[in-house]
Order: sequence, then structure tokens, then C-alpha cells
Amino acid sequence: MTAMLNVRDLRAYYGQVQALHGLEFDLNEGSLTTLLGANGAGKTTTLRAICNMVRSTGSIEFEGKPLSGRSTENIVRLGIAHVPQGRGTFTTMTVEENLQLGAITRKDSAGIVSDIERMYDHFPVLKQRHTQQAGTLSGGEQQMLAVARALMLRPRLMLLDEPSFGLAPLIVRDLFRILGKINREDNVSILVVEQNAQLALELADKAYVIETGRIVMSGSADEIANNEDVRKSYLGY
Amino acid sequence: MELFTNQVLAGIATGAIYACMALAVVMIYQAIDHLNFAQGEMAMFSTFVAWQLMQWGVPYWGAFVITLAFSFVGGIAIERLLFKPLAKAPILTNVAGFIALYAIINSFAGLIWDFTIKQFPTPFGSSPFLGSQLISTHQAGMIGVTMILLLLLFFFFRFTRIGLAMRAAASLPESARLVGINTSWMIALGWGMAAAIGSIAGMMIAPVVFLEPNMMLGVLIYGFAAAVLGGLTSPFGAVIGGFLVGIFENLAGTYIPGIGNELKLPIALALIIVVLVVKPAGLFGRPIVKRV
Amino acid sequence: MSAVQEVVTEAPAVEAVPKKAMTLGYGTSLAVLALLIVVPLFVKNFIIFQMTMLLIYALAVMALNILTGSSGQFSLGQSAFYAVGAYTSAILMETYNINYALTLPISGIICFGFGYLFGKPALRLSGVYLALATFALATAMPQLLKLGVFEPWTGGVQGLVVTKPDAPFGLPMSQDMWLYYFTLAVSIAIYVASVNLLRSRSGRAFMAIRDNEIAASAMGVDVALYKTLAFGVSAGITGVAGALGAIAVQFVAPDSYTITLAISLFLGMVVGGVGWLPGSIVGSAFIIFVPNIAEGISKGLSGAVFGILLFLVIFLVPHGARQVSVVAQQLIGKLRKS
Repeated sequence: MTAMLNVRDLRAYYGQVQALHGLEFDLNEGSLTTLLGANGAGKTTTLRAICNMVRSTGSIEFEGKPLSGRSTENIVRLGIAHVPQGRGTFTTMTVEENLQLGAITRKDSAGIVSDIERMYDHFPVLKQRHTQQAGTLSGGEQQMLAVARALMLRPRLMLLDEPSFGLAPLIVRDLFRILGKINREDNVSILVVEQNAQLALELADKAYVIETGRIVMSGSADEIANNEDVRKSYLGY
Repeated sequence: MELFTNQVLAGIATGAIYACMALAVVMIYQAIDHLNFAQGEMAMFSTFVAWQLMQWGVPYWGAFVITLAFSFVGGIAIERLLFKPLAKAPILTNVAGFIALYAIINSFAGLIWDFTIKQFPTPFGSSPFLGSQLISTHQAGMIGVTMILLLLLFFFFRFTRIGLAMRAAASLPESARLVGINTSWMIALGWGMAAAIGSIAGMMIAPVVFLEPNMMLGVLIYGFAAAVLGGLTSPFGAVIGGFLVGIFENLAGTYIPGIGNELKLPIALALIIVVLVVKPAGLFGRPIVKRV
Repeated sequence: MSAVQEVVTEAPAVEAVPKKAMTLGYGTSLAVLALLIVVPLFVKNFIIFQMTMLLIYALAVMALNILTGSSGQFSLGQSAFYAVGAYTSAILMETYNINYALTLPISGIICFGFGYLFGKPALRLSGVYLALATFALATAMPQLLKLGVFEPWTGGVQGLVVTKPDAPFGLPMSQDMWLYYFTLAVSIAIYVASVNLLRSRSGRAFMAIRDNEIAASAMGVDVALYKTLAFGVSAGITGVAGALGAIAVQFVAPDSYTITLAISLFLGMVVGGVGWLPGSIVGSAFIIFVPNIAEGISKGLSGAVFGILLFLVIFLVPHGARQVSVVAQQLIGKLRKS
């Protein structure tokens, strides 16, 4: 399997404070990987560092291409979609405008139109509300919109930051089911950061555990889920 | 009663000036989230360029188009050279930059074209409009141009991809980058468009207030006030705001005793502030909910 | 139009000055003080006059620093308070024969009241809206001063002439020199009081409001009280500066207090470093001397040269003189270690 993402010796800084201390991991093409850890461990920082939204040193390669020195928007254009914490929905624009924005860098208008239809198939509730202002949607609906918007890019890698945050468990299961479907059918590699380790491990095939800016554990999702020590020490259950 | 109606109509006529300027103000606000004090000077400079072209024999509409293009490019150039380096600096430092730009442009205009008043032609003629004593054909033309600009802007923001991208970049820059939008260039584009709109405003206004380097200061203030009154996020509001400011100004001058010409500006501003205290986001603006 | 509200999580519009950096170190302060005391003994009267104006504008810039830099409220209207202070002093001295020194606290108190009253309706405004409101105040002031109805007191368009006081107790110094030392004493007193204010509970309340008004209110800070208080204090200090200015310049006239003054004070604040009280004197020096320098370089393009010099300053030090001070302190720290 080819490596989609290679991260080596990643150190990230917020001003004078160092948040990542030499992080290293790999993502294979087609995998659904989860990055777990406690609050403040550095999970969000990792995703932000991949998209150059935070100052960092070290090497990040996407499909063999180094990402350092590229601006966020250029990294996105390489095929990486990032659903940030808080979803980043354009609340003052309609649902459909949000989806159009997801595809703003694409030039194939026919493809965009058909992709929007596909998103409505994945997420029927979005079709119902497609002329509504995105800010009037519920939390779960906005999360779906955020995922749909990311998919409009036709990314090869999707980064999700705590998609379950603030959502009811049933909705989270629904969302994760769709993510799994997208991963298998559309061959979109996924890296999902989660605090809700249990659900994430059910969804993913590979897992990394991060603590204070370093990877402390890695393995298949089953291994990690079945490892009681890991669960108790790092994942809290 | 007739005096009142006349003053209202006259106010609408003069208000077209402010409406036009207010559109440029809203344009830049959409792009950079603040007001650019030098915008009036940029409009003035563009108008002088048009005048100069006509002095050299270029016909009116030719000069108009060339000036439009020049202003668009100029606006982008100023942003890239002078304000991109300040992108990470505090807002107040940027404001100081606007003030510096004001001083530079005003000074150069004075040097190149001096401070004597010049006539600027209007393509609409200056006869009474439909026989009315209150509105001239030029003022009617100005209202028409403002309406067309408004429609074009509305169409641009609502129905074009780049308009959508600009709205996104202004609304949530970080999210915009995450869909691949180059927010930095969106800002430059906003400046270019604002400069172009400003140049149109200048060319519409100059026939009325006469062309000289200090012609735009009062207009700019009223333009700010109009944009703020209308709600800074709404081009439609800016135009309505412009007309309202024109009406306020005229009514204040007519009905409040002891107010000569000089106090019209602060009174108009005071009235606007009263409105803002009641409706802080302006008449048509979106109420802003601040989260901790 | 849409019913959706725009939810904004804003970074504070005015950035905080770190607590350590709020004043100059003792050594630097003493050095500056020494210079301010000694230099006038060796220079001509006109230079002394300029130094007096330097201190006066530094006071006004400092007042703006307290309002904007500490409590986060924008004001482009300080020239209005300056004018009120100036005119109050002039009228008290010339019409009612009140001693010049007494006019200072009176001007200060009147302007404090005026600022406090203005601060009340301004509570609902912030950012660009507040800037517009204060701008309106500043543009109105010269016109109000020219109004016929006030002419018996204000002298209308001509203004009033103010008599410069002699040095007291028959001290052997020129009027200019006496006025300079008097101004210096007043300035030091106000500077020390201001620093203490910012370090006090009220100062912390100001800064809490600047950084996050909603959070401050949730923590029990009486936002309305402190915001109006900040306006009042700022206006009061500006009024005292205006009074001193009237005495130094020896006249008051409406067109001396236009929006240009308000904008200059704003620029002085930015160049000195927003919220950094010691920077006020650097800002003041900028707005007094740089326009003259610009005119010296090119009479016809003096505005353009000024603008270019201003751009140079803000490109090099976007955070103003405070940035220079920080860099200097870092260098000194490094030198000490090696």
C-alpha cells in the first residue's frame, strides 16, 4: 500500500509554547485512521500543522510531495480537505452555497452539479434545507454540511477534527457510518481526530494515540481497542 | 408641507452622491472589514486622471473606461505594495496607514493639478429633469448610474463564483482558505473593485462639487455615515443610507434654527448615531451576535 | 434580508501591552527625566516652547492611550476635549481673572464631566461606530465654538488672547522657562497617577473590558461604569493638556482645534505604541517635528513626505515605539549575559 501522508519530526508552536514534540506517523492510501488522546494532547494541532495553519518545523509529505512552505489554500488544492473543529460553516450563506464553496477550486461545472446531488443522496436532510441559511441548521446538520462541503473538493485525504463534538450519539453513529461508506466507496483516505475513542475505534482501521505532543501508541484499531492498559491510561475508559 | 417635500426631493438628489460613495465604502468593508479613510482621495485622484485624459483630447466615455481600468489596477497595486505588509499588524496601525495614504495622495494631486477649481463634464447634461426645478438631468443620471452599479454588485456577489469566494473570504477567512480560496488575493481584488467604484463615484460627483483635491473629504464622511446607517454589509442599505443622509442633511439645514452650512455635517452625523444607538447594526445590516 | 445573525468570536481590536512592559525601567525613566529637567537650561526660548508643547501633546496622547489602549474604546474626538479645556482656561483667566494654575483642575474636572456624559450614549457603540461618533464630535466642536450665541464668552471666530504668566516669587527665569517647568511638574504628576490607575483595580477593569467585554461583564465588572469612567479620565487629562496649551500658545481660536488635531493625536498614539504610556512622548515628538521635517524636505509635497515617513515608521515598527523599547531591552539583556 502506498503512503499517502508521511509525517516526520513534526514540532509545532503557538507563539513561544511548543505543542508538538517531534511527531511521526504515516497514513496509507485508503485507510481510515483515528488520532486519539486527551484534551490538549495535540490532536487538533496536528491537523492544523498539516494544513499549515500553525507554525511548525519538520517534514510532512503528501503523496510524496513536501507540504512545507505551501500556503493553506495551496495545500487544500493538492487534495486535502479539512473539516475543522467547530465545523467552520459559512453560517450566513445557504446550504447550497456552502457546497458550492467546497468545489470553488474545481473547473468542471457539470461534475460539481452532479456531486451536489450525490451529497444530497448521502445527506437527505441537506437537500430538504438546501436554500436555508446554514446558520439555522442544527449542530448535527451543520456537521453533515461540513463533511459534505469537504467532499465537494473530491479530496483524496480528508481530515476531520472532533466531528462528534456536541452531537447526540445516534447522529454520531449515522455520521460515522457515512464516513465509512465514503472511505470504502470513494477511496477517500480519512484521518479523524476524536476524543470519543470508543466510537472512533469502531469506525477506523488504524489508530494512533497522542500524548503531550508525541505519538505514544500505534496499531490497528482492534489492537488498541482491545488493549485494556492503553484504554485506561490514555483513553479514559 | 411643500417646503418639506421639496427638501426631501432635493435631499434624494444630493443623496445620490453619498449613495454612490457608500457603495465603494461597503465594497472595501466587505473585503477588509474596516473603513479606508483614503478612499475619497483615491476617487479624487482617479477623477483627476479622467480630467487629464479629456484635456488631452480623449472623449468622455473613453476617458471613463480608461480611468476605471486604471483605478482597478491602482487599487490592487496599493493594496499589494502598502497594505499586504501590514496584514499582520494591529488594526490601528492599518488605520494609520490609511491616514498616511490620504496625505500622500492629497499632496500629489495638489502638486500635479494644483488647488484651483476645475470644471468636470457630465454626460447627462445639466438641464432640469422632466421640468422639475429640484432635480437636474445630471442628478437623475447619477441616480441611474448608482442603481446600475448596485444591480451589478448584487449580481456579482450573488451569482458569480468569484463573488461567492469573496463573500466567503470576508466572512470566515480561515474556512475560506480551507476550501482553497486565496484570501490574500481576495483582499486585493476587493481593493481594486472598491477603487473602481470610487472612481465612478468621483466622476459622478465632480460635476456637482467641482474638481479640486479637497473635494472628497465631506463626501467621504457622508459616504461612511450612509454605509454605516445602511448596515455595513449591505450594498442595498448603503444606497438607501445615502439617500437618507442627503435628506437628513437638507432637513437639518432647513428646519433647525441657527444651523448654517458648517454644522450640517455634525448634525447629520449625530442623527445617524441616534439611529445606531437604537439599531446598532444599521438599518439593513445583520445583527452581530458576539460570542465570548 | 436574512434573519440569521452573524456570530462573531472576535479577537480584541486593541492588543494588550504585557504587564511587565507597561512602563520604562527605573534607569531609563530617570535618564529621561534628567534630560527633561536639564536641557531647557541650555537652549533658547523657542526650543523651550517646543519642549513645552511636546509635553502637552504627550499628555493628550497619553489620555488617548488610556481610553483606547487600556479600555479599548476608539476615539477620534480628543480635539473636542482639548478645545473645551483650552477655552475653559482662557475664559477663566481673561474674563474672571482666575489664577492660571487654578484653571487646570477646573478645566480637568469640567472635561471629565463632559467626557463622562459623552461616554454614556457611546456605551452602545463600538469600533467603527464609536469612531464615527467621536469624529462627529470633533468636527462639530470648531463650529460650536464659532456659534454666535456663545460669542460673548468665546470671542467667536477671532478667539481669545491669553496672558502668559510670569515666574512666581520673582524667580529669575523667562516666562517660557517657568511655564515649561510648571508643565513638566504637572505632566509627571499626571503620568505617575495614570500608571498607578492602570495598575489598580480600575486599570485591570479597563483592560478586562478591552480584551473581552462580555467575559468582563460576566466576571462582575461594571462595564458601563468603567467605560464611562475611562472616557471621563481621558477627557479630563486632555482638558488639562488643552488648558496648558492655551497658556503656552497664548491664544485660543476655533480653528486651532479641528479634526486634524484629533487625527494627529491618534497618529501619536500609534507611533508611540498603543496603550504604552511612556510612548506618548515619542508619539508627541512625531506629530510635532515630523510635519516640519516633511515641509523642510519638500514644501510642495510636504503631505506626501509626511505620509511616506509615517509609512516607514509603521512598516519598521508596526507596534510603535514600544516595539523599539522591547528590542532594546532584549539586546541589553543579551549584552549583560555575554
